[in-house]
Amino acid sequence: MNIKQQVVTNFGSELARFEADWRSQVERIKARFKEAVEGISFPGTDFTDVPIVRVKPTSLIELLSFMKIEAGFDYDFCADFTASDESPREPRFDIIYNLFSTTRHNRIRVKMGIAESEEAPSIRSLWAGADWSEREIWDMFGVRFEGRPNIRRILMDNRWKGHPLRKDYSIYSYQIFPNPEPPYPEYLEDE
Amino acid sequence: MDLRTINFKNKDVPVDVLTSAPASVFVKSQHDPDDLWDDSRLIVNIGPTHPAMHGTFRMVARLNGETIEKSYCEFGYTHRAKEKLAETKTYHQFVVYTDRLNYCSALHNNVTYAMAVERLMGIEVPERNIWIRMMCCEIARVIDHLICIGISAVDLGAFSFFLYGFHQREEAYTLIEKLCGARLTTSYTRIGGLMHDAPDGWEKEVKAWAKQTRETIDEMDRLLSGNKIWCKRTIGVGVFNREQCMEYSFTGPPARAAGLDIDLRRDTPYMYYSNMEFDVPTRSNGDCFDRYLVRLAEIRESLRILEQCADKIKKGPIWSEDKRTRIPEKEKVYNTMEGMIHHFKFFMNGFQVPEGEAYTAHEGANGEMGFYIISKGGSSAHRLKVRGPSFWHYQGLSPMTEGAFLGDVVANLGSLNVIAGELDR
Repeated sequence: MNIKQQVVTNFGSELARFEADWRSQVERIKARFKEAVEGISFPGTDFTDVPIVRVKPTSLIELLSFMKIEAGFDYDFCADFTASDESPREPRFDIIYNLFSTTRHNRIRVKMGIAESEEAPSIRSLWAGADWSEREIWDMFGVRFEGRPNIRRILMDNRWKGHPLRKDYSIYSYQIFPNPEPPYPEYLEDE
Repeated sequence: MDLRTINFKNKDVPVDVLTSAPASVFVKSQHDPDDLWDDSRLIVNIGPTHPAMHGTFRMVARLNGETIEKSYCEFGYTHRAKEKLAETKTYHQFVVYTDRLNYCSALHNNVTYAMAVERLMGIEVPERNIWIRMMCCEIARVIDHLICIGISAVDLGAFSFFLYGFHQREEAYTLIEKLCGARLTTSYTRIGGLMHDAPDGWEKEVKAWAKQTRETIDEMDRLLSGNKIWCKRTIGVGVFNREQCMEYSFTGPPARAAGLDIDLRRDTPYMYYSNMEFDVPTRSNGDCFDRYLVRLAEIRESLRILEQCADKIKKGPIWSEDKRTRIPEKEKVYNTMEGMIHHFKFFMNGFQVPEGEAYTAHEGANGEMGFYIISKGGSSAHRLKVRGPSFWHYQGLSPMTEGAFLGDVVANLGSLNVIAGELDR
C-alpha cells in the first residue's frame, strides 16, 4: 500500500461527486483573478481534501465576495475561519477560510499568507460572525486585522503577554494574575 | 488594584462587579436632561458562575429598565489550550482531550476526531465499527437534546419536565457505560478502531431503550409543548432569522429552526447515513420555541435511525486492516519481546500521519462539529483547529438579545445549548 496516496475514508464519494464542479470553479477563478491567485491545490494531486485557493491579501475580499455571490459558486457559509503559523516560511502566517455552500453542499478552502508586520483584511463585511474568529486569531497568533486597531483578546486574559499558538511560544510558559480581570464598561458605550 | 474601583477615563469610579452599578457612572459622562431614561440605566453582570449560565461564561449588559440596550459576552474561563496540546501530543494521545470539548455528547467529538485522522491517513474502517459509531452518535444526540430542552425548561421554571428526560438520559449513559466503562468522558474511539467491541446483545438493549425513550418523548411533548407559561416565555423570543443564521454561521438545531435547511448527515453523506431513512425537521420562525420543537423532533428521528442501525448491525471486526494504527494485542505485549517493543513505540512515539490537510465535519448535536488538521508528517499535528458550534452560536447571543428583556437571556442561552468546554477549548 502506498501511504502517500490519499484515500478518503467514508467520504469516498466526495471527490467523484464534486470534481467537475471544482474544476470549472477553479478555472473561472484563475481566469478572473489571474496573478492575484498565487496557486491552487487540487485534491487527488495534492494532499488535501478540497481545492485550496491561495490568494494575495489585496484581492481576498474581492475573491470571497465573488465566491459568495457568483452563480455556480455559492459559497455563502463561512464554516470555519482560522490561521496557522508556518514559520520559518515568509510570509509567516496563513489565514484559512473554510467555506461551505448551503445549496451545493460542497466545501472549498481559501488561504492567504500574511507577514507578522502586515494587517490582514477583515471579512466582517461579508460575514458578521467572523468577528470572534478574528479576535481569536489575534489572540492566538498575533495577526492584526484592518480597521480593528483596538482588537481585544477572546480566550486569554486581556493582560496576557504573547500569542500562545505561535510555534515559538513554549507550551510550559504560564502567567499568573493575582487579581481577576477587571470589567470593561467602555464596551457598552454606543459606537 | 482595588476591585471596588476601576480606572475609567482617568478617574477612579466605584464598581461593584458582583451586583450592579448605575450605568450613569461610566456610560454617560454628563447628565443629559433630554434623555428621559437616563437614570434608569443599569449595568448588570451575569456570570461567570451563575446558575442560569450553564457553565463559566459571562454576559455584561446595559439595561434600560428591564430591556437590554447593549451587551457583551466573555468566555475563556476554562480555556485549556487544547489546540496547543494537539501540536505536542501524538494523534493517539489527543483522543482523550476531545471528550472534554462538548461534554454533553462526548461521543460525537470522539467519532469526528477519529474520522478526521483516518481521513488524513486513508484508513478504511470495517463495517461494524461504522455501525457502532453511528449508534454512538445518535445516542449522544438524544442525550444532548434531552439535557438541552430539559435544562432550558428548568431555567424557565419547569422542573419536573427535566426529570422525565433525566431518567432516559441515565439509561443511555448505562448503555454507553457498557461500551467503554465511562459515562461522561468516553474516549471510546481509536484511530482506525474502537476501544472495545460492543457487548453481545447491546443493540437489542439500544432498541428497547429507543422504544422507551419514544414513549417518554411523547409524554414530555404533551407535558410542555402546549404549556401556556412555556409558550409565553419562548414563542417570539430570541428570534434569529435565516439571514442572520447565515451571517453568524449558525448550524444544527438553531439554524434549522430558522429555516436554514442544512444537515450534514443528509447533505454530505458519510458513514452509512445515506442508507438510513430519516427526516430533517425544520421550522421557520427561529425563536426559542422553534428550537425546542426542532430538538424534540430530532430526538424522534435519532431514535428512528437507532432502530434501523440496531437491525442492520452485524458481527465482525472493529479494527481496520491497516497496521499503522493498530494497538498491539495485550497477549503479544505481555508474552513477546517484539510485542512489548511495539507497544512502547506505539504509545510513546505514536504513528506517522502523512503530509496533508483535511477539514472533517460531522453533524453534532448542536451543529457542525469540525476538526481541521494540517499534518506536516510526523506523529503530531502541525495545526489542529476545533470548530465547535457553540463558538458561533454564543456569538449570536448579543445581537439576539438586544432589545429583549433580561429574563429572555436565560431562555435564549438555554435554547442555544452553549457548552463551555467546546467554546473555550
